[in-house]
Amino acid sequence: MMLQALELAGQGFFGALWLPLWTIVKIMCIVLPIMGAVAYLTLAERKVIGYMQIRIGPNRVGYFGLLQPIADGLKLFMKEIIIPTGSSKFLFVFAPIMALAPALAAWAVMPFAEGVVLANVNAGLLYLLAMTSLGVYGIIIAGWASNSKYAFLGAVRSAAQIVSYEIAMGFALVTVLMVSQSMNLSDIVHGQQGNLGLLNWYVIPLFPMFLVYVISGVAETNRAPFDMAEGESEIVAGFHVEYSGMAFALFFLAEYANMILIAFLTSIMFLGGWLSPLPFLPDSFIWLLGKVSFILFLFLWFRATFPRYRYDQLMRLGWKVFIPITIIWVIVVAVWMQTSLWVW
Amino acid sequence: MQIITNFFKTFLLYELVKGMALTGRYFFARKITVQFPEEKTPQSFRFRGLHALRTYANGEERCIGCKLCEAVCPALAIKIEVAEREDGTRRTTQYDIDLVKCIFCGLCEEACPVDAIVETRVFEYHGEKRGDLYYTKPMLLAMGQKHEVQIAKDRAEDAKYR
Repeated sequence: MMLQALELAGQGFFGALWLPLWTIVKIMCIVLPIMGAVAYLTLAERKVIGYMQIRIGPNRVGYFGLLQPIADGLKLFMKEIIIPTGSSKFLFVFAPIMALAPALAAWAVMPFAEGVVLANVNAGLLYLLAMTSLGVYGIIIAGWASNSKYAFLGAVRSAAQIVSYEIAMGFALVTVLMVSQSMNLSDIVHGQQGNLGLLNWYVIPLFPMFLVYVISGVAETNRAPFDMAEGESEIVAGFHVEYSGMAFALFFLAEYANMILIAFLTSIMFLGGWLSPLPFLPDSFIWLLGKVSFILFLFLWFRATFPRYRYDQLMRLGWKVFIPITIIWVIVVAVWMQTSLWVW
Repeated sequence: MQIITNFFKTFLLYELVKGMALTGRYFFARKITVQFPEEKTPQSFRFRGLHALRTYANGEERCIGCKLCEAVCPALAIKIEVAEREDGTRRTTQYDIDLVKCIFCGLCEEACPVDAIVETRVFEYHGEKRGDLYYTKPMLLAMGQKHEVQIAKDRAEDAKYR
């Protein structure tokens, strides 16, 4: 009611300008919380990993270290952006933008609750696949433009890795869209509605796909144990060795925004989005947040537990394990859906 | 049979889950971090920190300028000059320790026949400019005056093991 009244008043006041203005307001309502979430995800990461290593993590800046992300951001903001002499200047500056833009653009089709979505696109899933794949260009350009062997090696590794895991990820999504018969993310959530609560979610029939998707997601975002692109011990920091200050911060933002994006996607496609796990509790955005936090915690937990993959192992896992498994499961689900045993 | 169990273990992520269970347990374990300025770890009476030159109770300095510490110092951090004082005793005119060179091995303390050069429990010190960590005789004597009670107590405690 309030929103409708606001929209009417706005249309009267601004006329044709209202639509772009109102869209910008809505975009801000999505982007600003994401930036905040990214900042506090870095704190959560340091805290969780600290706790798992029986340390206490940052606790000096603010109570429980709550102002630490702000201090870190401020520090990066004040630092000089050094552009190496041998670098390709335009691309060097362009690369961080290229990494962050798709990571944020992907949020356009993300449904947060019933009807709360910026663009209710019917091919939302395809759009997401396209946007998450574009992120790799930022990394490749950064590695190439830096004119440094470490950066270049990191970029090459990362490109190969993202391309390999994209396929397994795509197949996992194929099963989801087969089951939900829709590429619209809101409809995918609606497809998981039922009177059995969490038993109606796609994670039950598609559990292997869920695992493949989460693990590929970790690989897609270049997170430990798949952080070959960074590989501190062998190639210093990978594609962003030459970056400093805000240019580095943009890569950092992109990585964490992608993590949150993957967590949201996993929750929406396999864990029922904003639907409540118990049929007698109301559906709400809180459930989605809870699921996303759980997936993000898994990301941090993986990082605290597993040692980094060797490069050939990484490629073996992607090509020789995940892709065959996903293809087989696509066939299994296709056949299963034709039988009377399919209840989802 | 072995192959089959391994196959299933791999596919069910058995070892990965086991590893995560371990880190998951440590997540709730008691944290061992010592938050330094507020909390400090206990020190031994043999702690080897910043150096000091001791004096006797009557204010007479102990050091007799025998240069044993200078000779034993493996880092060549000690420099001593000796001269005869008016009363005919052998005393140092210069006793410098370059703390930048010092490795805090404690050999000077071991070598000293009169317990003059000692290492105190002080380890929180710093220099703000070049040369600040080059300690001269007056500075070392001042350290000795300041921490004499603690130094004497630590020596007494260590005496029964010597």
